[in-house]
Amino acid sequence: MRYDYHQFETRTPPELGGPGQAQDCYDVAIIGAGPVGLAAAIDLASHGIASVVLDDNNVVSVGSRAICWSKRTLEIFDRLGVGQRMLDKGVTWKVGRLFHGDDAVYSFDLLPEDGHKYPAFINLQQYYVEQYLVERAQQFPDLIDLRFRNKVADHTDHGEHVTLKVQADDGAYQLDTKYVLACDGAGSPTRRRMGLSFEGQTFEEHFLIIDVEMPESPFETETPERWFWFEPSFHPGQSALLHKQPDDIYRIDLQLGPGADPKVEATEEKVVPRLKAIVGDKPFTIDWMSVYKFRCAKLDRFVHGRVIFVGDSAHVVSPFGARGGNGGIQDVDNLCWKLASVLSGKASSTLLESYDAERLHGANENILNSSRATNFMTPKSPIEALFRNEVLRLARQDAFARRLINSGRLSVPCVLEGMALQTPGAGPVTSGTAAVDAPLADGWLLEKVQGQFTLIGFGDVALPVVDCARLGIAQQHSDYTCIEDPTGLALQRYGEGIAYLFRPDGHVAASFSHPSTEMVTRALRRAQGLSPEKEAAA
Amino acid sequence: MTEKQPLDGDAFYNALMEAHSGLSEAESHALNARLVLLLANEVGNLDVLTQILSCAGQD
Ligand SMILES: Cc1cc2nc3c(=O)[nH]c(=O)nc-3n(C[C@H](O)[C@H](O)[C@H](O)COP(=O)(O)OP(=O)(O)OC[C@H]3O[C@@H](n4cnc5c(N)ncnc54)[C@H](O)[C@@H]3O)c2cc1C
Repeated sequence: MRYDYHQFETRTPPELGGPGQAQDCYDVAIIGAGPVGLAAAIDLASHGIASVVLDDNNVVSVGSRAICWSKRTLEIFDRLGVGQRMLDKGVTWKVGRLFHGDDAVYSFDLLPEDGHKYPAFINLQQYYVEQYLVERAQQFPDLIDLRFRNKVADHTDHGEHVTLKVQADDGAYQLDTKYVLACDGAGSPTRRRMGLSFEGQTFEEHFLIIDVEMPESPFETETPERWFWFEPSFHPGQSALLHKQPDDIYRIDLQLGPGADPKVEATEEKVVPRLKAIVGDKPFTIDWMSVYKFRCAKLDRFVHGRVIFVGDSAHVVSPFGARGGNGGIQDVDNLCWKLASVLSGKASSTLLESYDAERLHGANENILNSSRATNFMTPKSPIEALFRNEVLRLARQDAFARRLINSGRLSVPCVLEGMALQTPGAGPVTSGTAAVDAPLADGWLLEKVQGQFTLIGFGDVALPVVDCARLGIAQQHSDYTCIEDPTGLALQRYGEGIAYLFRPDGHVAASFSHPSTEMVTRALRRAQGLSPEKEAAA
Repeated sequence: MTEKQPLDGDAFYNALMEAHSGLSEAESHALNARLVLLLANEVGNLDVLTQILSCAGQD
């Protein structure tokens, strides 16, 4: 069943609706209603911050784009109110299987343990994700002003505010805003206008990406998996990737040799026989096909005065590893609580520097992994091809060689260890790590640790009075709420008798075996980018 | 072969490919030969080397 595209409703913007309707200066204007811009609007709204979202289009993402959403993204989307809906609709998977020629080489399990609300990955077409995000955003009519077919044509940064020039169906207008989030995608017009360099590696090979609808499964296994072939007999000398999506749609990525003509390859004539070689006689129809060339590139800085780059506008990667959209959602998670703190006067604007540092670190990690995977898939010389083939051959017996095979290192949560906001701690979950989930008597741990600064005591540790939320797990205390740990997994994962301070994005800011008000306060202030001493006015 | 302490496979592979980058086929052969000899010296144990030789020689 193909996706049924609907056009979102457009309204006359208040700036064109007559005098007195528009606001003098908005807190935040978001350019782009892709997954990143939409998630940012919802995240800001969850912190009580209003935004205007401007998109040049009025439909969700068209064609073959993101399908693999990581556990961390789902956990962030849980906080934003769409995680469960995505899980219900998506295809859950965790095993990747690798083939060389027609032989299975080995398989890997991305989440070998139980006791997590969300699986390692789901596959869900980007158009569903955007639809769910739009519908969620519409539940905040007072905080999110969604403006489709409102194209940003220009901007001027005045230091204390930014003026945007917008072109809507009803005419052109201007608006002022304290901050701009440029979520305008890989080709970011904002980035181009500012003349910022966006350097990196472009891969010469073309990839043919096909979505096919097929009622019968091509997998021989019961549960859907990620299947990757090096040099399969159905596609000699190249690589191929197969994923299941909802609605009986399958994603097939075929590497094309460097000499291939993309126009010739993306024709039914060429594609149908190849698909038949993969799926046999099972009936299928082609839903979408396109040829891509990939690159890995990023900005040197994401924060430029009052203009902040988020998602693909800040960094792009080749898709092997599913680090594009998943990286962008981690940007949102990292940025929005900070921006909300700055706008509500709780933190100074220097806190935004930590977004720059932390997410540049994330982008570097994503680019490193994505480019290595793409390099492994596309040997550039006969010697590279030779090594690749011998690795694949050795991997059949040798575990060491398996680790060298790289068909994509799939997106994992970024670790912010050792960076400025984190205080090194006593617990087994290192400061900077994203919360590790565990089941509780009442829901899941990840539902308790996100959204605001929270101090959580695991087992026998009393929590001091501090200026943030508190929760006890597997302990009794009358000052604050305590929850049971019926499976013992929370204590097993976090250690007995340790208190953790979580940031609003669920990353561990600090941990303590003997927390005092003073120690926790110091860590809390550090995590908000404040000086260690409390100022008299604060 | 039994596995020893884990190696950062991706970083190693990347460094190996970089070492070969821009070399002619003959130069790559020579580099590989030198690598084998240096690594043999690192291993420093004839029994282990004999075992590796037979392992690599298998088809
Ligand atoms: C083939 C393929 C497969 C992929 N697979 C995955 C995957 O499995 N997992 C994953 O995580 N990622 C994947 N990605 C990457 C993912 O699609 C992107 O990272 C993601 O779409 C980035 O979201 P974004 O919101 O930053 O940008 P976009 O989705 O590009 O959204 C940008 C928005 O800005 C709007 N815009 C642009 N200019 C203006 C303007 N001047 N005024 C107003 N609006 C404007 C655009 O219309 C658009 O709506 C894949 C990408 C490709 C191409």
